[in-house]
Amino acid sequence: MDSLQSYLFLSIILFCFGLYGVMTRRNGVAILMGIELILNSANLNLVAFNRFGGLSELLPGHVFALFVIIMAASEAAVALAIIINLYKTFHTVNVDEAHEMRG
Amino acid sequence: MGNVVFIGVAVLVVVSAFFVVTARNLVYSAVALMGTLFGVAGLYVFLYADFMAAVQIVIYVGGILVLIIFGVMLTNKIATPVLIQTSMPNRALAAVVVFLIFLGLTTLLFRTPWHEGATVAPEGTVATIGQALLTKYLIHFEVAGVLLLLALLGAAYLSRRENG
Repeated sequence: MDSLQSYLFLSIILFCFGLYGVMTRRNGVAILMGIELILNSANLNLVAFNRFGGLSELLPGHVFALFVIIMAASEAAVALAIIINLYKTFHTVNVDEAHEMRG
Repeated sequence: MGNVVFIGVAVLVVVSAFFVVTARNLVYSAVALMGTLFGVAGLYVFLYADFMAAVQIVIYVGGILVLIIFGVMLTNKIATPVLIQTSMPNRALAAVVVFLIFLGLTTLLFRTPWHEGATVAPEGTVATIGQALLTKYLIHFEVAGVLLLLALLGAAYLSRRENG
């Protein structure tokens, strides 16, 4: 059970669920949740490769995952600001109803 | 014992991730997302990544998830259950596409002969990560600081009261 493959398989499942959420949700906040799932699967990959890849001097996988988390935090803050603006302007958070600029 | 706990955590991650993307009510989605994030933190513990597990809980569960719940509260009427999915044909198409991607990735995973290096349990990763951040990854660390500052300013600017 405690092998590289099991962690990578879990990460694949997380990625697929996140992708499904991003593709099927219409609510902007729900799409953001799907993106968080995808980022978590990437982080799981990085930490698992760090653990099983035998490169443990400077823990590059952990540091890389840390930067991904930093990126996710700033992305969530800006995305929610945009979504709240969208709600104020269009009174909806469904991303397919905000089509003012569609040609 | 360890195996049982690992399987439990894995099941928690998969089931709650499923609920995140299929729940009809956005609040249930957010609560399920908390389960997924805690589960991933548990997996980090299995991977000897104690610092990453703590960061996962503090930043994801304590920060990003609270932010997302704020977003749900500010943009939804909680009392009415909301339909937040696309139409059925689109969902079926998305499921097929995701399943094909899943098959492709799984085949890749089990066909590749992964090289597994020697695995020594580290004494604790905090000191190593701190040292790495301030020596080898110093520039990345500073750029991350600038990124956080920009995100702070950008979010504050975008969500001002008067829309300029």
